[in-house]
Amino acid sequence: MSKKGYFTELYVGGKSLLVGLGVTFKACLQPIVTVQYPREKLDITPNYRGHIELRRDPESGECPCIVCGMCARACPSGCITVEGEKKEGEKGKTLTVFALDFTRCSLCGTCVETCPKGAIDFSQDYNIAGFTREEFHYDLIRRLEERG
Amino acid sequence: MMESLMPELIRMVVAAVLVVAFVFLNAMIMGYLERKLSAHIQRRPGLMEVGPHGILQLLIDGLKLIGKQLVIPEKSDHFLFRLAPVLSFAPVVLPFIVIPFSRKLVIRDLDVGLIFILAISSLNVLTILVAGWSSNNKYSLFGAVRSVAQNISYEIPMLLSLLAVVLMTGTFSLQGIVAAQGKIWFFLIQPIAFITYIIAGVAETNRAPFDLPEAESELTAGYHTEYSGMGFSLFMLAEYANMFIVCSIATTLFLGGWRGIPLPFGDYSGIIWFFLKVYGLMVFLVWIRWTYPRTRFDQLMNFCWKYLIPFALVNVLVTAVLVKVL
Amino acid sequence: MSEAQAPLHHRFHLNMGPQHPSTHGVLRVILEMDGEYVLNPQPVLGYGHRMQEKMAEARAWPGFYPNTARMDYAGALHYNHGYCALIERLAGIEVPPRAEYIRVITSELNRIASHLLWYGALLLDLGAFTPILYTFDDREQILDILEDITGSRLTYCYFRAGGVSRDIDDKFVERTRAFITRLRSRFPMLEKLVNGNVIFLKRVEGVGIIDKDMCQRYGATGPVARGAGVPYDVRRAEPYSVYPEFDFEIPVGENGDSLDRFLVRFKEMEQSLRIIEQALDRLPDGPVMAKVPKKLKLSPGDVSFAVEAARGELTYYLISDGTEVPYRMRIRVPSYSNLSVLPELCHGMLLSDLVAAMGSLDLVIPEIDR
Ligand code: SF4
Ligand code: SF4
Repeated sequence: MSKKGYFTELYVGGKSLLVGLGVTFKACLQPIVTVQYPREKLDITPNYRGHIELRRDPESGECPCIVCGMCARACPSGCITVEGEKKEGEKGKTLTVFALDFTRCSLCGTCVETCPKGAIDFSQDYNIAGFTREEFHYDLIRRLEERG
Repeated sequence: MMESLMPELIRMVVAAVLVVAFVFLNAMIMGYLERKLSAHIQRRPGLMEVGPHGILQLLIDGLKLIGKQLVIPEKSDHFLFRLAPVLSFAPVVLPFIVIPFSRKLVIRDLDVGLIFILAISSLNVLTILVAGWSSNNKYSLFGAVRSVAQNISYEIPMLLSLLAVVLMTGTFSLQGIVAAQGKIWFFLIQPIAFITYIIAGVAETNRAPFDLPEAESELTAGYHTEYSGMGFSLFMLAEYANMFIVCSIATTLFLGGWRGIPLPFGDYSGIIWFFLKVYGLMVFLVWIRWTYPRTRFDQLMNFCWKYLIPFALVNVLVTAVLVKVL
Repeated sequence: MSEAQAPLHHRFHLNMGPQHPSTHGVLRVILEMDGEYVLNPQPVLGYGHRMQEKMAEARAWPGFYPNTARMDYAGALHYNHGYCALIERLAGIEVPPRAEYIRVITSELNRIASHLLWYGALLLDLGAFTPILYTFDDREQILDILEDITGSRLTYCYFRAGGVSRDIDDKFVERTRAFITRLRSRFPMLEKLVNGNVIFLKRVEGVGIIDKDMCQRYGATGPVARGAGVPYDVRRAEPYSVYPEFDFEIPVGENGDSLDRFLVRFKEMEQSLRIIEQALDRLPDGPVMAKVPKKLKLSPGDVSFAVEAARGELTYYLISDGTEVPYRMRIRVPSYSNLSVLPELCHGMLLSDLVAAMGSLDLVIPEIDR
């Protein structure tokens, strides 16, 4: 403090304050950068990783899952349950249960990477809310059927 | 006897109602301006939801605050805790008595108007102390103690800067001071006094960068940490009204009061000019608040003693000499 | 103010946190005070403890990927990086060069995002509300870029042992270049608004001086040590990934006060931009993932790996008994050592200075608690 002179300090300090005022004044005249969320929404990137979702094979229109259970074993949080049953006259198993406990999912993407058939994918849902835990226990087969 | 008193009584009641109503209105206007301006400075739109551009938001907020429960901490001094917000209201209402809004619109033009305002508004610090003490919370107490030290020290440069104007005009009456600014407004003759007064005024109203008594990153909310509902809103009302008073003194003493280029509204143009100037100053204070960080306590005091008081003192001396000589 | 001057009956305790506006997160500091002077601040930890290390010891090693991002939420990619590099070192996996470049680019973007967040938060601690919104505006651009490539905005789980989970595209390169130009053009504005502001300078100049000796005693690293004039940066001291290929400076301070720490971080942002630019220019083609067996048993032995996180040196240490599940995992986080200077640093300070000094340490509490 004593290094600088009394008046120099006053001048330098005062000038820096005025410069600061100038910055905020300029900002005041510039356009708004925020998005008014519930009224406007930004497009979310297609690469967004929401909770997982079963997907259909674009050619056959069927879900290619072979009920191998790799995804369920790979999931670090143990939130996938896969069950299937053997049907007469068909090769392999048919998927009967594919449940996701989203309350425990950490959105890591390991399941999607391990699936040998590419049967699962990320959804684009990001604003999900609910009152009970059960609302986040998803039955992915039903969701797949609902999507048509 | 009664008959001659009646009009006076009616005048007083009307004035009291108007002043209290204005204090509420002022808080709403300032609350809105502050939130809108800070939003635009930060490049967001701010209030948008209630009413066009959110102008009714403050009304809703007021209703919400009235509807809220006043939580009284168990270990606090209940009586003082309730009293403090009410008490904070008195010193901000009384100065309105002498403020000249226009050539004619003034409740009472006292001869000692300026002294009256300064005396009353220094009571403000008492209510903050009472609030901080009675809350029985260390953060509140810190806020209160800081506020006392700050307000009392900054009263000195404030008085000194006003004194320079008083020396020039030779009157304490606010109308008299406005009348003396017929040719030239005093902030041109007394720039140092004007700047000193504005800085001291910011400190007196406890606003950033001197908002130490309510420094939220240090003291959560300072002296009104424990207040909720109406208790809290009374403090807010008082803060904004206090700002209004500080700015209207600045307007009256330095910016020519209600004077201005005549507008086609006859006598009302004075009122318009007055409010334009006062709100202009208040917007300036808001702008400052949203630009700067907060000072530290000892720096605040240093600034007062090292810069403001010497400058104001020299200014008063020079003014006195010049008044005598010229 | 020394203790001799403050009689015992004048002292009192002030509880700062766990919910307090300037103890970002859930840090609690018990302050022994004499008036406004802090005599003995004692941090209390553990409000956000989640047993991250134990979790690593209870599952196969790939299962720990998502956890790494949950420690330091402001600079998650460095934690990703450290963990993946640790496994690679243990298993002897060679990472394709393109993947290394992508790692460096995204990590440096993340470092800038973390510094921008801290920049605003420090100013908020000092009572200026506006800068944080400006820096958030810039930070948002980084988050958008990273979201597009990693799929999440904050708790990334992007790096994998052997590479990265997804390749970058031209759009990413373009956006990153645009961001570099944008951020460079924003620095002068911040310099005018904050760095030169007299009130700000008075608040941080000479406040909270940490000298070299203190850094050594407490193991403080990162910008805290560099602010004290110790040019220690893991990217230089123990180069990892492709950092040796880039030309960048390590800014250091002189006095070790809060201002120096502030300036070090501010200059680091520019250096990170330089690294990103060089990396984008030389980005090689090729795969982004090495061949890693699906089921990889960790070979027995112990291994450690250090990276330069946004807050300082981050070390993972792992002991393996030859199974898929780590036998012991230890994580050395920078904020923990940086916080431990607090009692000595803030002895005899004003309360306002404590807030400034603590802000300049850039603490992330979930990282300390783990
Ligand atoms: S994203 Fe991760 S945590 Fe979620 S279900 Fe898939 S593997 Fe499990
Ligand atoms: S989704 Fe994929 S990994 Fe999971 S059971 Fe079906 S085929 Fe196997």
